[in-house]
Amino acid sequence: MTADDKTGTVALVTGASGGIGSAIALALAAAGHTVAVGHRSGIEAAESVAATIGDNGGQAMAVAIDVTDADAVDRAVAQVEEQFGRITVLVNNAGITADGLFIRMDEDQWRAPLDTNLDGAYRVTRRVSPGMVRNRWGRIVNVSSVVALTGSAGQANYAAAKAGLVGLTRSLARELAARNITVNVVAPGPIDTGMLAATGDERVEALAAAVPVGRLGKPEEVAAAVAYLCSDAAAYVTGAVLPIDGGLGMGH
Amino acid sequence: MNRTQIVDAVYDACVEVLKVDRSILTETTSFAEDLDADSLALVEVVMELEEAFDLRIPEDELEGVSTVGAAADIVARHVEAAA
Repeated sequence: MTADDKTGTVALVTGASGGIGSAIALALAAAGHTVAVGHRSGIEAAESVAATIGDNGGQAMAVAIDVTDADAVDRAVAQVEEQFGRITVLVNNAGITADGLFIRMDEDQWRAPLDTNLDGAYRVTRRVSPGMVRNRWGRIVNVSSVVALTGSAGQANYAAAKAGLVGLTRSLARELAARNITVNVVAPGPIDTGMLAATGDERVEALAAAVPVGRLGKPEEVAAAVAYLCSDAAAYVTGAVLPIDGGLGMGH
Repeated sequence: MNRTQIVDAVYDACVEVLKVDRSILTETTSFAEDLDADSLALVEVVMELEEAFDLRIPEDELEGVSTVGAAADIVARHVEAAA
């Protein structure tokens, strides 16, 4: 991979059937990457994202990837590699919430976001990174959250998982820097997605009011930052935590 | 599989991964000092060998492997155990 030739790079985005993930898939395709649109159960939505990319002149496929299952991850990556070749751009976006007050949080509820959001990033990155090392070029972006650094009442499990991504990212950034592989975090604030809407109107309004910019963010605004971090232009950015939060997390 | 073949495979892996000239390699060649290989590069060499011989070499056995000959020793041990 030369510095000015990004054609032929293959990107995998997990959790890309909707919300922030599908916006990331579309933005990466617009930037010239071939994109594997990863989904767990949203096959129709993922296929529709891939079709949109195709209609726009890009190349994409939908791929089933349950990041909680190492064998499923292995099969999905093999499928993408067979179709498009080695994956050199990875966006770990798949994430879930399981909100609840900590004093009543049982271990299954605690584990669920860790298993998907943090262990899931481990499983996919572990499977994909040897190829990137061999390739001597790669881009990994982990989608965290503003709550990783600010904390969030009712989201101890989710915030712990998202904070874990920061330590994972920065350690990998150090290990892989000499191979032209950058590893970064984006930390979105409240973004206008189905996942946020599910927390209830009242909470969404309160969140939007707390943001200095005074509104929710758009998935495309997160996607633009991810596309930048996956570009050659961002070769000197690694181990960074880039907030896309309307100023919500300032100082953290 | 004799030792010469295994040493040859280690040379191949060094040439492939570290982009070094095959003629400078001997069994006493040090990965760090002679080939300027960092710990990740050593792991890459081992992964290349694992693939070539269809082996899995546990992480803890790699500690103290500093020369081409030592890498060949480990591979030979695993090849023998698998035979």
